[in-house]
Amino acid sequence: MEHIELFFKSIFIDNMVFATFLGMCSYLAISKKVSTSVGMGAAVIFVLTVTVPLNWLLDQYILQEGALAWLGPEFAEYDLSFLSFIMFIATIATMVQLVEIIVEKFSPALYNSLGIFLPLIAVNCAILGGSLFMQSREIPSFGLAVTYGVGSGIGWFLAILAIAAIREKIRYSAVPPALRGLGITFIITGLMAIGFMSFGGMLTGGDEGAKEKAPAVEAQVEKENKDEKSAEKIAENQNIKTY
Amino acid sequence: MGILSKKDAALIKDPLFDNNPITIQVLGICSALAITAELKASIVMSLSVLFVLGVGNVVISLMRNIIPSKIRIIVQLIVVASLVIIVDLVLKAFAYELSKTLSVFVGLIITNCIIMGRFEAFALGNGPWKAFLDGIGNALGYGVILIIVGFFRELLGSGTLLGFKVLGDPIEKTGLYALGYENNGFMLLSPMALIVVGIIIWVQRSKNKALIEEA
Repeated sequence: MEHIELFFKSIFIDNMVFATFLGMCSYLAISKKVSTSVGMGAAVIFVLTVTVPLNWLLDQYILQEGALAWLGPEFAEYDLSFLSFIMFIATIATMVQLVEIIVEKFSPALYNSLGIFLPLIAVNCAILGGSLFMQSREIPSFGLAVTYGVGSGIGWFLAILAIAAIREKIRYSAVPPALRGLGITFIITGLMAIGFMSFGGMLTGGDEGAKEKAPAVEAQVEKENKDEKSAEKIAENQNIKTY
Repeated sequence: MGILSKKDAALIKDPLFDNNPITIQVLGICSALAITAELKASIVMSLSVLFVLGVGNVVISLMRNIIPSKIRIIVQLIVVASLVIIVDLVLKAFAYELSKTLSVFVGLIITNCIIMGRFEAFALGNGPWKAFLDGIGNALGYGVILIIVGFFRELLGSGTLLGFKVLGDPIEKTGLYALGYENNGFMLLSPMALIVVGIIIWVQRSKNKALIEEA
């Protein structure tokens, strides 16, 4: 049940593009044609599915405060979480390189159509964002991290597929010249994001427990509260250390 | 611009308007939009990017002859990530409240396409001084859009600017609120950032016809 909830939540409610604006650069640059956007979307799903669980392991066993306890009691006090940016991005860059090699080997056609965009996945905010949100939302288990990676990848895929289809159609409409291309894409994305906000009600209708778990889209305030909570936790930890 | 030659001045001036990283080059939208609900957050974000891009461009430009081209992306990412860690720690130390509001978006400066884009397109082929100016120019261009969006969203959304109640008090009904004006809470929601940027693009391209895209 947890898995299903997180899966749909990460696709619709916390959609990468519409709720948090991650991966906008490639979303805008590659959405001119449906065919290329499908390839890009598939690559993002794959890379997210691999990197989020990998980074979850890194976070649990190396980076978090006290995570090094498995090495022995004298390591229990270390807190390496300030290194998480650099560790996450290194994992991601390596994985992307690997994906590039695999795709080149097994599907040259896909490799040719994606062209320069595969290396760009390394700097796609959606990928790093997935790992950072996984960390800040404190996803409790490895299985859930996999679900979160797949779910947010599919969310991104859906978003780029939808906008690519709309952009193919809109070519035949009379858009004001100054809005053509980038401008109208921004505004359509905004309207789609407003539409996606209605999914926010999906999880709030249930029992109280589910209500607490479904913050995000509709109320940024709530998100801030959540961040405050984790930030307070950090602050407490820091206090403990200074005493 | 006494100190700068004409060419150098153009490096700073171009990205501000006619070659703006957000509205023309389509770079760096990722982390730009989510944090513009408040003017203060937008300003801090712009300053962080200014620091990272300025310093990063110089570092990459100094190393441009010794980076093997095959692994340059990883080298660039490591440079940016180190700079961003500095920014993150400084923010946590001196502006704790703000760093909570910005949350993961400070970390996302690493994957901000402006930074990688400028490294690839400029710093790898030019000397440190020019790269520095280019970095500053592009970061300012990014900041301008962020601050415009933040200004409108905070003014129309919560009736404040940098936390000051410029339109009067909505509860005691002073200022504009006495006339029956209401805040538009919609402006605080994230989708409106996209629409505001869309409108900025519209205005900019209507003024400068050369920027209009072919259909």
